[in-house]
Amino acid sequence: MENLETILKELNLTPEEYRRIVDRTGREPNLTELWIFSAMWSEHCSYKSSRPYLRRMPSSGKNVLIGPGENAGVVSIGDGLALVFKMESHNHPSFIEPYNGAATGVGGILRDIFTMGARPVAILDSLRFGEPDDEKMRYLIDGVVAGIAGYGNCMGIPTVGGEVYFDAAYKDNILVNAMAVGVVRDDRIFLAKASGAGNPVFYVGSKTGRDGIHGATMASASFTDETAVLKPTVQVGDPFMEKLLMEACLELMKTDHIVAIQDMGAAGLTSSSVEMAAKGGLGIEIDLDKVPQREEGMLPYEIMLSESQERMLIIAKKGHEKAVEAIFKKWNLDVSEIGKLIGTREIIVRANGQLQARLPLDMLVDEAPVYTRYARMPASITAAATVNAAELIPEPKDYRETFLSLLSSPTIGSKRWAFEQYDHSVGTDTVIKPGADAALLRIKGTRKGIAMTTDGNARYTELAPFAGSEIAVCEAARNIACVGARPLAVTDCLNFGNPENPDVMWQFIESINGISAACLTMGIPVVSGNVSFYNETEGSSIYPTPVIGMVGLMDTLEQRITPGFKDNGDVIVLLGETLDECGGSEYLKLVAGKITGAPPRVSPETERRLVDLIGALNKARLVKSASDCSEGGLAVTLAQCAMAGGKGAKINIAWRYRPDLELFSESQHRIVLTAARRHLRRIETMAHSSRIPLTIIGAVGGKNLAIGKVFSVPVETMRVAYEKGL
Amino acid sequence: MPKIKAGVIVFPGTNCDRDTVAALTQTAGCSVDAVWYETKSLRQYQLIVIPGGFSYGDYLRAGALARFSPVMEALQEYTDRQGLVLGICNGFQILLEAMMLPGAMQRNTSLKFICRDVFVRVERNDTPFTLLYKRGDVLKIPIAHADGNYYGSGQTLADLEHSRQVVFRYTDAGGKTTGQSNPNGSLDNIAGLCTPAGNILAMMPHPERAADRVLGSDDGKKIFLSIKKALA
Repeated sequence: MENLETILKELNLTPEEYRRIVDRTGREPNLTELWIFSAMWSEHCSYKSSRPYLRRMPSSGKNVLIGPGENAGVVSIGDGLALVFKMESHNHPSFIEPYNGAATGVGGILRDIFTMGARPVAILDSLRFGEPDDEKMRYLIDGVVAGIAGYGNCMGIPTVGGEVYFDAAYKDNILVNAMAVGVVRDDRIFLAKASGAGNPVFYVGSKTGRDGIHGATMASASFTDETAVLKPTVQVGDPFMEKLLMEACLELMKTDHIVAIQDMGAAGLTSSSVEMAAKGGLGIEIDLDKVPQREEGMLPYEIMLSESQERMLIIAKKGHEKAVEAIFKKWNLDVSEIGKLIGTREIIVRANGQLQARLPLDMLVDEAPVYTRYARMPASITAAATVNAAELIPEPKDYRETFLSLLSSPTIGSKRWAFEQYDHSVGTDTVIKPGADAALLRIKGTRKGIAMTTDGNARYTELAPFAGSEIAVCEAARNIACVGARPLAVTDCLNFGNPENPDVMWQFIESINGISAACLTMGIPVVSGNVSFYNETEGSSIYPTPVIGMVGLMDTLEQRITPGFKDNGDVIVLLGETLDECGGSEYLKLVAGKITGAPPRVSPETERRLVDLIGALNKARLVKSASDCSEGGLAVTLAQCAMAGGKGAKINIAWRYRPDLELFSESQHRIVLTAARRHLRRIETMAHSSRIPLTIIGAVGGKNLAIGKVFSVPVETMRVAYEKGL
Repeated sequence: MPKIKAGVIVFPGTNCDRDTVAALTQTAGCSVDAVWYETKSLRQYQLIVIPGGFSYGDYLRAGALARFSPVMEALQEYTDRQGLVLGICNGFQILLEAMMLPGAMQRNTSLKFICRDVFVRVERNDTPFTLLYKRGDVLKIPIAHADGNYYGSGQTLADLEHSRQVVFRYTDAGGKTTGQSNPNGSLDNIAGLCTPAGNILAMMPHPERAADRVLGSDDGKKIFLSIKKALA
């Protein structure tokens, strides 16, 4: 082969990996075969740096029907129903072309859900941008939000939640993580595991073009100045096509015509055909001449690697071919029988009547390289931990002004500018809309509700990846509990820098250990997830950003809780304890412009008791409103409850610390709830037996949020600041 | 009382069909069929709903392609016989493209998709769709569209006024038509129109999303109940 070194570099394969291919196959691979290896052995497809660590996460539990390894995780919710959900990143494409990058991110995660037979019912998005005062960033923000809206709205699947954080760390590498949730009958779940040698292989959906050919490779390398030339590799989304494909697939899945199905995501036809056959312990033979094509003269490797969107691969039952074709034709979609399953564990690719590739599947999948990367704690960690954040913060001269600035800061302020562009009410199931602690959907035909949220404060993980990751899990659980549901299961999206950098690898391992520890303690399994490495530009990494997506369940919608204050005179109670913890806080960033100090202390065991306590109080019908404390601390939570309820409050706190440090501290494991005064005694007793500190901090009423003698601000003034937008 | 036989038209890309079927069934006890866009006759139905969504992906222009579907001929024949038609959101856009109602939809003045609860005032209650409301009732109903900015020429607007064809207007919570309460720039705050005969109603807000208290409002429920009463 000419210029082997150049080719290997382009394909992101190391010389060692190449030697391994030659040794094992006993011959030099041809170019098509080399491309197949490049895709299947990419970080994106093979998880070669992360696999050994991902296994540490607790993934079993009594509700878990399907754990990691399939297109998405599945948990039972009773009544013969199950939730199918997963979160995935589309960071690099979104930075290169924000609209289509974000749109196809949504499209891809939706396919993962309906591939399993579930109808998607909700989308959530976890976004990280640089500071919004930069022109390029405004373009990225607008494009990403419009792309998410453009795809989800057209599909008719509500976008009900998510989060947006702004920090300079994402200036050259934004994060776009999309989560989707679907509902399926638990006896109608479809898998990607092929069975039955001789069964026909169908290609359905959009035609194949040259778009996204380097997708999996792009997601497995860092950004450089040359990244701009990758623009043609960003896929273009067609939500209308996906809507037709979804309806056709769901119609097909009501029948008995197929044995397996998988969407063509990263590495397209290559990974879908290889993975399906390998999971079934079989082989697969495909003829590329039969693949519907959008462009002329495509080379075999281009067809194999294309990441054109809105395509699925289906293994049908022999003899059912006509019935499968009829359904896709009804929906005006391309459908083509492109090959069959074979008994030998290999992939055979033909084109133009000639053999193009023949490779053993075990080698592509099970024998993909695994790297134990060198990991080392970055020096910055110890340095930051010794900083006393409080010393960096002068006491505000004007508390009211400081409070309003915090309320209108991009990360804390209302995200209405984004979520009003998303159709969040289509589907007629959205009971709690975006803007509360978690979203809540009903499930028609039952009394049940499903809650969902995404969480991940990466300032904490930057300062302490283990604790920060524990906090992400705790906060997600607390958000689920605050709407009246109990946490059920987790999906995660782990966004990190270059794993070949020992600092990053250390962050990654610490983060996995933190998530595992918290999930184990709280009894919440991790059933699906995604790893996105190489989030760095010119050697500068993003914050380590693990994002936790969590779903929860409530038995009856009557148990739902909203954050808004309800009735004048209701007593306001703080569950949990406030310490002067401003390390890594929004407040510290606002006044000192620094991300340093130790993040708040965290104890998943405490969180578990807090979540159980809220559940018990709610069951006893003692809770009128609830909302957790997170960025911006107690003051921001009180403001949000006041604005949501359109009612003020009189707060009196016996200060333990300087008022600003206490009001804006981001101490964990805290919930603000309101209740009728007559229930106070019972609430105190229950909190006491749960060993959760309880403080009565005030009462609902008036037009202002009045905090002792510190400040008093009308609810409407807070609303103006909070709703300011970007 | 026999159940009302209703048809909800499904174009490729329609995405509020299932929501609309559920609302018709639950609120008015209708017997509802999802009617495929290739259907050639609608004679068996007492009510046809063109639901919201993105028929044909809104490609070209919202509603522009759906207009050429086979079912539209059947719809013409059905309305010639004064059959009841409710067009919601994309259904409104399709009815305009098919020239069954006058005017056109432009992009929202914000140039963005808008999903939020709005308030609309009932301008007339002598249509089959609104007879259970009082004139001046203010309803809280969600909108969800990118192209809901109603435009008609001066003459069109005058004709609409003269024939009392405006059924809903965007208002504030107190029922005042203000600029601030107009979410998309619609002329005269128009949110819903009917034909002079009153048998076709087209509206941008989604009543099927405001038909159950648990979703935040059931102010749209009376539209379905009115139809039931009108057909009884």
